[in-house]
Amino acid sequence: MPDELLKVRDLCKSFRVPGPRRGKAELRALDGVDLDLGRGETLGLVGESGCGKSTLARTLLMLERPDSGTVSFDGTDPFGLRGKQLLKFRRRVQMVFQDPYASLNSRMTAGDIIAEPWRTHRTLHPVKHDRDTRVRGLLDLVGLGAKAMNKYPQEFSGGQRQRIGIARALALDPDVIICDEPVSALDLSVQAQVLNLLNDLQQQLQISYVFISHDLSVVRHVADRVAVMYLGRIIETGPTEAVFDRPNHPYTAALMSAAPKLDPSQRGERILLKGEVPSPLNPPSGCRFRTRCQRATDVCAGERPPVALDLEVAGHTAECHHPLLAEQSALSHSA
Amino acid sequence: MTAVAEPVPAERTDSDPALRVEGLTVDIRTISGTVRAVDHVTFAAHRGETLALLGESGCGKSMTATALVGLLEPVAEVVEGTARLADVDILSADRATRRKLAGPELAIVFQDALTALNPLYTVGTQLAEPFRIHHGMKAKDAQRKAVELMARVGIPQPQDRMKSYPHQFSGGMRQRLLIAMAVALNPRVLIADEPTTALDVTVQAQIMALLRDLRAEYQMALVLITHDLALVAEEADRVAVMYAGTIVETGLVAEVFAAPLHPYTKGLLDSVPVNAVRGAELKSIGGSPPDLHSIPQGCVYQARCPLAREVCRTTRPALQAVGARRKSACHFPEEVKSA
Repeated sequence: MPDELLKVRDLCKSFRVPGPRRGKAELRALDGVDLDLGRGETLGLVGESGCGKSTLARTLLMLERPDSGTVSFDGTDPFGLRGKQLLKFRRRVQMVFQDPYASLNSRMTAGDIIAEPWRTHRTLHPVKHDRDTRVRGLLDLVGLGAKAMNKYPQEFSGGQRQRIGIARALALDPDVIICDEPVSALDLSVQAQVLNLLNDLQQQLQISYVFISHDLSVVRHVADRVAVMYLGRIIETGPTEAVFDRPNHPYTAALMSAAPKLDPSQRGERILLKGEVPSPLNPPSGCRFRTRCQRATDVCAGERPPVALDLEVAGHTAECHHPLLAEQSALSHSA
Repeated sequence: MTAVAEPVPAERTDSDPALRVEGLTVDIRTISGTVRAVDHVTFAAHRGETLALLGESGCGKSMTATALVGLLEPVAEVVEGTARLADVDILSADRATRRKLAGPELAIVFQDALTALNPLYTVGTQLAEPFRIHHGMKAKDAQRKAVELMARVGIPQPQDRMKSYPHQFSGGMRQRLLIAMAVALNPRVLIADEPTTALDVTVQAQIMALLRDLRAEYQMALVLITHDLALVAEEADRVAVMYAGTIVETGLVAEVFAAPLHPYTKGLLDSVPVNAVRGAELKSIGGSPPDLHSIPQGCVYQARCPLAREVCRTTRPALQAVGARRKSACHFPEEVKSA
């Protein structure tokens, strides 16, 4: 892996939600998540709604405080920081939102929107003249041109608005940008433009992306590594090609096969999962996927699954008692 | 887990379609003038086949569906065209006739199942309604039919769930309920307007498998409205590609996707990140679709088209046959092929 930037270990986060009969119930949104992100790397985060993708993203942005587990960002634990140090950290992790129609204030000009982060981070560009120059530079960088500065969001199309959102995220020179479904609200023809822009920016600025998406073909295109989430855990992770082409977890295989393919030659046999994702309020014992898994046996209900290492691809791991690549896997119960 | 067979594209003639739409034109009145959201749209759907209306947001595909089922907002109006269903033009038919046809002949499944279901009635009541209204069944018989229907669309413990309200179901289950209501009276034509867009991909696969089975079982014509090219590639027999209110290309899905004859279709197919080398530049269509307030004279796609030239700015190309079973609204379909 390139220069390591972010390291997350055994991250847990629960929410108290209204339970049955006036009681409270505990919803475990994250249940022991391990994550690594290198400098200039793109990590694709996939999984179905309710699997904990967004909670994980919010925790990385320090919008949620984890119940337990450690986060190490460039060697320091951001949750131990205060005051100026904390402000400095927040500058380094930024976000691009899903809906470019909801995430821009329609009463502010594009220039004001991009400059707004500097009102919090006052040391960055204290002089007005300098701020204006930088805004123009950012608008050029995202392909809108300096003239866009005085226009309002509603004067832009969806793709152009997302460019403003990206420019705003770049305003603080972050190391990591969390992209939460950044192209899913855009039309296909525009989606490609924005993906190309994100790619160019990464090449130029060495930014790392955590790229959350439900569109597997997009993730395959942008991500260096992929993490597949199911009910609060990362159940498989590894280099993109390995996860897509030789999935080791039955859920990953089902997810990949369920996505419609444009190219008939890429269509394999479709694995149709039974039922839906169980409630995170009451997750299954042992392996959380066992209720929908074709390979499930008694051991899956009784014990948490071991880590199955893909012996042919370094860094490709899955949590499963009965991995699909049985012969090329080594089970490790220690983790 | 079960394996599902691929749909087999059938070759069909234009004789005797279940639904024949001709010259459908819809205008919307806005503060800044009247815009044409659907402009002379013509297509036919045959029993037992899936026809996809494919296009990006604002292309008029959903407006076409709402016009056909008679649910246009008051500001929108059908100004031209016919839609023949069982020898009746549903666009000019009176309310009583339309009501009679809604259900046994034509039904629709919407994208957002939560707003399409009534939150104040149990799903049992809502599912029994078509049987009571159209077949004059007694409440008890209608309830029995509703339970059968819920079982058919794969809702577990249907008897127990009859008394549940829509909000007590998951998104996938609500979509199943909506499909159950739509197919209750065995319609000849089923319009599915982005039926799986709000759903996760594993649930989408379940819902599409259900629609495919029901289509075969009842020999329905399925009109699938979507923006998802891959879904069209897997589910549809024929496709009509829409842009700025018009159909720009039609044909068998396999043929259209293998060799598009309209530059817009080609642009869309090129934008899909498939087979592309990771990190490599994706092809994209420059610019954005035209504002409906200022649809240009001539070809609707001229501003974004790499092949555009003088004739494209002056003359709107008609949707014309190019070879067998294919139509394209481009002045230079042969150039698209070789480009």
